Amino acid sequence: MSVRVQQADFDLGAEIAALRAGNPKIGAIASFIGLVRDTNDGDSVATMTLEHYPGMTEKALEAIVDKALARWDILDALVVHRVGELRPTDQIVMVVVTSAHRGEAFAACEFIMDYLKTEAPFWKKEQTGQGERWVGARASDDDAAARWKQES
Amino acid sequence: MSVKILFFAGLREQLGTGAEQIELPPGISTVAALRAHLMARGGEWPTALGAQRALRVAVNQDMAQATTPVKAGDEVAFFPPVTGG
Repeated sequence: MSVRVQQADFDLGAEIAALRAGNPKIGAIASFIGLVRDTNDGDSVATMTLEHYPGMTEKALEAIVDKALARWDILDALVVHRVGELRPTDQIVMVVVTSAHRGEAFAACEFIMDYLKTEAPFWKKEQTGQGERWVGARASDDDAAARWKQES
Repeated sequence: MSVKILFFAGLREQLGTGAEQIELPPGISTVAALRAHLMARGGEWPTALGAQRALRVAVNQDMAQATTPVKAGDEVAFFPPVTGG
């Protein structure tokens, strides 16, 4: 299990290659990448700055991955999240899960993202044509995370 | 006793500070009491930390509640709901 918070961009192909290298038990890999969009709430976004809480961020991400490892029969999981200034089309976050079969990998990957959105201490600030603004939390993200509690 | 307090994102900007080491008077032993103590500073503080703000609090980097104890040497962070991913 590995979590990383970094300014630098990441390469999904290289990360998957490293994660699966020489492991014949892996039969499925699910991955997710989140990107910066050029519009949000009707305004065009020029740049986005991501702030985080160093120390707690890594701890929170590790706790989320631990929950996924305990709940599903998966082999490994990787989370990489960027911080600093990003632009539309830039990659923000990557989650990769390996397992023997696809169902577990799909579910664990979605679970990790849903929990990351509501529990990991990152904050987005957008620079738009209307000025700067902090992105507000969405109720739909809370609903997405809460869904996993009902199903457990 | 002395604790470290941290503020992030919009809250850090509103208060004009990201981190402080502060000495607490006797009787301040929970998150709620610490929040009230900081609000009593006046200026931006009562607005920024008021009950109408949906703030999150972490003690020693774990999510906390109003009743969570605060002890000497703790790190207490106040921040808005998270928006990563």
